[in-house]
Amino acid sequence: MNKKLLSIIVMLVMAIGLLSGCRSNNDNKKIGMVISTLDNPFFVSMKDGAEKEAKEKGYDLVVLNSQNDPGKERSNVEDLVQLGVSAIIINPTDSEAVSNTIKVANKSNIPIITVDRQANGGKLVSFIASDNIKGGKEAAEFILNKLKNKSTIKIVELQGTPGSSASRDRGKGFHEALAGKKNVEIVASQPADFDRQKGLSVMENIIQSKPDFDAVFAQNDEMALGAVKALKTANKHVVVIGFDGTLDGETAVKSGDMTATIAQQPIVEGKTAVDSAGKVMNGQSIKKYIPIDIVIFKK
Amino acid sequence: MNVNIKEKLFKNKSILALVVLCVLLSIMTPRFLTLANITNILNQVSVNAIIAVGMTFVILTGGIDLSVGSILAICGAVSAVTIKSTGNIFLAIIIPIIVGVLIGFINGFIIAKGRIQAFVATLAIMTIFRGVTYVYTSGNPISSLPDSYNSIGNKMIGVIPLPVIITIIVVIIAYYVLSKTRFGRYIYALGGNEDSARLSGINTNKIKTIAYVVCGAAAAVGGIIATSRIGSASPTAGIGFELDAIASVVIGGTSLLGGEGTVIGTIIGALIIGVLNNGLNLIDVSPFYQQIVKGAVILLAVLADRKRSK
Repeated sequence: MNKKLLSIIVMLVMAIGLLSGCRSNNDNKKIGMVISTLDNPFFVSMKDGAEKEAKEKGYDLVVLNSQNDPGKERSNVEDLVQLGVSAIIINPTDSEAVSNTIKVANKSNIPIITVDRQANGGKLVSFIASDNIKGGKEAAEFILNKLKNKSTIKIVELQGTPGSSASRDRGKGFHEALAGKKNVEIVASQPADFDRQKGLSVMENIIQSKPDFDAVFAQNDEMALGAVKALKTANKHVVVIGFDGTLDGETAVKSGDMTATIAQQPIVEGKTAVDSAGKVMNGQSIKKYIPIDIVIFKK
Repeated sequence: MNVNIKEKLFKNKSILALVVLCVLLSIMTPRFLTLANITNILNQVSVNAIIAVGMTFVILTGGIDLSVGSILAICGAVSAVTIKSTGNIFLAIIIPIIVGVLIGFINGFIIAKGRIQAFVATLAIMTIFRGVTYVYTSGNPISSLPDSYNSIGNKMIGVIPLPVIITIIVVIIAYYVLSKTRFGRYIYALGGNEDSARLSGINTNKIKTIAYVVCGAAAAVGGIIATSRIGSASPTAGIGFELDAIASVVIGGTSLLGGEGTVIGTIIGALIIGVLNNGLNLIDVSPFYQQIVKGAVILLAVLADRKRSK
């Protein structure tokens, strides 16, 4: 029994070796990328954009998943330092929590670029993002514009994961744009954790408890898509605006299921991140803040 | 006596697996077996290791504690608030541990006295205290913690990180309690056969409750280290940590049925997970495949455990 277990373990680890591909041990310059999570198609697109750019430019790109855990994020960054990468791209799990990790990585003098979310501390070479607060504001203004002929506008908001910087920023922009507008009422504002299933359940509950509303703002496309399903079942036709511009989100807008989405261009974010990292690796200078345009994607 | 030999055999299996993993990884990449990398691995597993040690006590009694992640979060938040409002590091350590002890006591009380199944009870506590953490933090992380506090999670004593030293101390204490004290023997007796234990005069309710208290306290210590390492207490901290802790305990040879297992085994289990996490990163296995590999290792460990209990 002992031998059997041993042979299984050996086979398993050999399989790992095969999976990792025939990586030669040459000291080809590597770029490390730490992504907050791959549970969300937005970040998968970002990873795809990054990998495509790396392939085109011939860079060696290592992508690690932080699984939304700042502790794992730090471990990933430490491992990249061990790997001896020439540049690190971080997509922070949380703007506050990542600061310490960046400070630790700063000690190794490896240039660091953050993408999509801010870092509130530590030394960065560059910061690539679309402005989430601005996006929230544009979502609010879109609703106001679309429903400008109504005397009162009742809005439902589906929030992302409570405490996440994306949720905080998008909510901030949204609420600030609506502050003081007397004919606007936010009848419900509930978290659905950026998740499609939860978006569906929460929307179903709100339809039951507060059936009278004119628009839904979901802080990401996944939740918006869940809400769309609930609204279809209840045969309610309201303005629905999402955020992110994922493939499914844009498909829903084209088909008319969703009214619009604040498209963030995650593929461009990933591409720009790798492109910038490559430039830094080769000694070129890059801008400190590289804004990626948000586009309101509508029919 | 037979149990002792079986135990040692299984302990050797986990150690064997760990050694095999390390050897293979060091062949596949020269970056694995460096002092800096090994130090990193030890540092990275310290939070999980401490939680897993606490979890060992609970699983040895035949129970389980799903709430450790939430305990980590609320205690981390309490620790952060305490250091920000009092500036006193001792208070910022003692008070969250007291909170962890209290939640552990609630768990133990519901399970022992209330006779509610451990899975269900701790699931409920997990949910409740995640909510408590959100309310307590108003959904925002608590940051800008003083450097003196952050040094708990970041300071190096020579070449060894402080969290690793804390982990070693916790392990030594736990090992001593479980193997050399009467309380330890009672834990094993309770897990082996609860009815016999009770009939032979052991206050099983008290022992069970203390096991959960230990687990809560361990999660609190984990919370302090995690918070000081990041420099921020997040309301979403610790989500999913119960899984890694349970996996460490199981891989290390402790039976989920209770009565068999050791703290050393748990640490080896935690190390296997840590080495896997680190090694898979170093040899650049796609993040999608990493999940599969981790799950497969846990499955192997459970299968091997099954074979042994037959």
